[in-house]
Amino acid sequence: MKNGSIITIESLIKSFPIGGGEFTALNGISLNFEKGEFSGIVGPSGSGKTTLLNILGSLDSPTKGQTIVLGTASDQMSPRVAAMLRKKHIGFIFQTYNLMPVYTVFENVEFPLLLLKTPAAERKKAVLEALEWVGLTDKIKSKPPQLSGGESQRVAIARAMVKKPDLVLADEPTANLDAENSHHILQTMEKLNKELQTTFVFATHDEKVIGYLRRIIRLEDGKVVSDENIKK
Amino acid sequence: MLRFYIKGLFRDRSRSLMPILVVAIGVTLVVLMQCWVTGVLGDMIVFNAKFATGHVKVMSKAYNDNIDQQPNDLALLGTEQILQNLSADYPGMEWVERINFGGLVDAPDENGETRAQGPGGGMAVDLLSPGSKEAERLNLEKSLVRGRMVQTPEEILLSDEFATKLEIEPGDPVTLITTTMYGAMSITNFIVCGTVKFGATALDRGGMVADINSVRMALDMQDATGEILGYLPEWEYDELQADAVAGSFNEKYSNEDEFSPVMLTLREQGTMTMYLDMVDYFKSIIIGIFMVAMAIVLWNSGLLGGLRRYGEMGLRIAIGEEKRHIYRSLIIESIFIGFAGSIVGTAFGLFFASLLTKGIDIGGMMQGSNMMMQGVMKARITPDAYYIGFIPGIFATALGTALAGIGIFKRKTAQLFKELQA
Repeated sequence: MKNGSIITIESLIKSFPIGGGEFTALNGISLNFEKGEFSGIVGPSGSGKTTLLNILGSLDSPTKGQTIVLGTASDQMSPRVAAMLRKKHIGFIFQTYNLMPVYTVFENVEFPLLLLKTPAAERKKAVLEALEWVGLTDKIKSKPPQLSGGESQRVAIARAMVKKPDLVLADEPTANLDAENSHHILQTMEKLNKELQTTFVFATHDEKVIGYLRRIIRLEDGKVVSDENIKK
Repeated sequence: MLRFYIKGLFRDRSRSLMPILVVAIGVTLVVLMQCWVTGVLGDMIVFNAKFATGHVKVMSKAYNDNIDQQPNDLALLGTEQILQNLSADYPGMEWVERINFGGLVDAPDENGETRAQGPGGGMAVDLLSPGSKEAERLNLEKSLVRGRMVQTPEEILLSDEFATKLEIEPGDPVTLITTTMYGAMSITNFIVCGTVKFGATALDRGGMVADINSVRMALDMQDATGEILGYLPEWEYDELQADAVAGSFNEKYSNEDEFSPVMLTLREQGTMTMYLDMVDYFKSIIIGIFMVAMAIVLWNSGLLGGLRRYGEMGLRIAIGEEKRHIYRSLIIESIFIGFAGSIVGTAFGLFFASLLTKGIDIGGMMQGSNMMMQGVMKARITPDAYYIGFIPGIFATALGTALAGIGIFKRKTAQLFKELQA
């Protein structure tokens, strides 16, 4: 693992059994992600973006090759260790927000801290801070059905960021949003990336998202076809 | 964390209100059935104990072997001594003599000629000794329909149905034609002082109650009796205590002689074993059926709830909550639901049971029945009723959830991103 890198992938192969044969979703990928990156995995549907994101998020393990996510190698990654890693160090942002409808905005954002057994006073402070980052302090008592799509995704960002994770993985985070809300969301994430030095990795084929990325990794048929740093 | 889950539970009515209602309905049925079974079968036991079996009964071995014939020729002899021994050996227990007899009851007209006749079965009990509790035990005073209680040795009570059939009124003379314990013919005159309704069709068809000393004279049974019934303190049947008393008595007084006394517990007599087993059996069946049915219902509702909460569960796994932690939280939720539903169900069950404690009159359906049971069936609320519903209520809910929640462990984390995009 290089100095300052939080994810190292070497010769990663991920294949799935299909029928009598095997489908290779990722084929010989080697990548390195540094702390504070704002990068994206870009490619058409079926190129392996989500599979790669699964492996980066410790939700899946490689068939062959080696990954080291936040200092934990894939061969040491038991389900329990993986759950612990996600709980402490990784935030997730989904296309469909996945907020819990019976809980308020405050409680949705508070949930990851409850899992970490953070003391109540500290929890409250962190939740309010996270909601301030995304500009939703006036909605703390609202419930998800009362929010717009943009507001819901901002709550999801606050929930992912509240524990100040090392890594945030976002799968098509703007797919359900209009252009204005998409830019607002992306600006928020960009600001958090800069202020907190959190590494963001996106899986996307949305041009609006691509426009914000500082590193673009293009995947095609499970292989990295280009890996480009963009100067901003 | 627990507060967080409970908050969610309260807010999501499909997770709380509906399951609580399902559990409450089930628990209501269990409590109601428990009170009903305890009341009906318990009354049968109490009724039989008071009228026929006692909590323990002493007879001669030969009498016991032929008890269906009520064979007074095989009666227990030397009862005075036996009673003294019983009182000395088992202080606190109450011992009473009973003679069951049968015969022809003849109602004469004003000329002394037979006006009406009918076969009857009678019970001779101690009605006239000072301090005797037999009238109270048999509930005679409250069972009086016409006339009054026995006050002199010459008087007899007839069942109201029997008296009506023979057109006998209180104050009318009747003649009991029967045999003595030595087989000789016996003709004894009585005055009908009143009529009674016992509430048991088998007794009401042709029943008589007379003082035991009068009947003893009529049947020539000096220092003899058909049966000695023993009642445990508080008149409550306690099988362990009854077993201990019968065991020690038989060891001390019973021998190979067919006229030697033998003591049987209530359970050992006639069909009482079946009755007592039935009480336990019905209770187990009711609770068992409820638990299986509720577990299936709640399993299904758990599966439906699981489907509805599929996204939430996936999110929780993705965020880093361990599967077993999620599973445990679901079980805790279900225990909470089971507990709340059990409280509500127990309250409703007790309410409905209290309405049934007044009883349902099934006398009309008992015509022709030989069963020694009351014509009014009543529920009885016992201390068990306050907690019995909690066992299946909580257990079935937890079991249903446990079965439904197994799906959590089968969930593949690698599919979460795809699933959570849906």
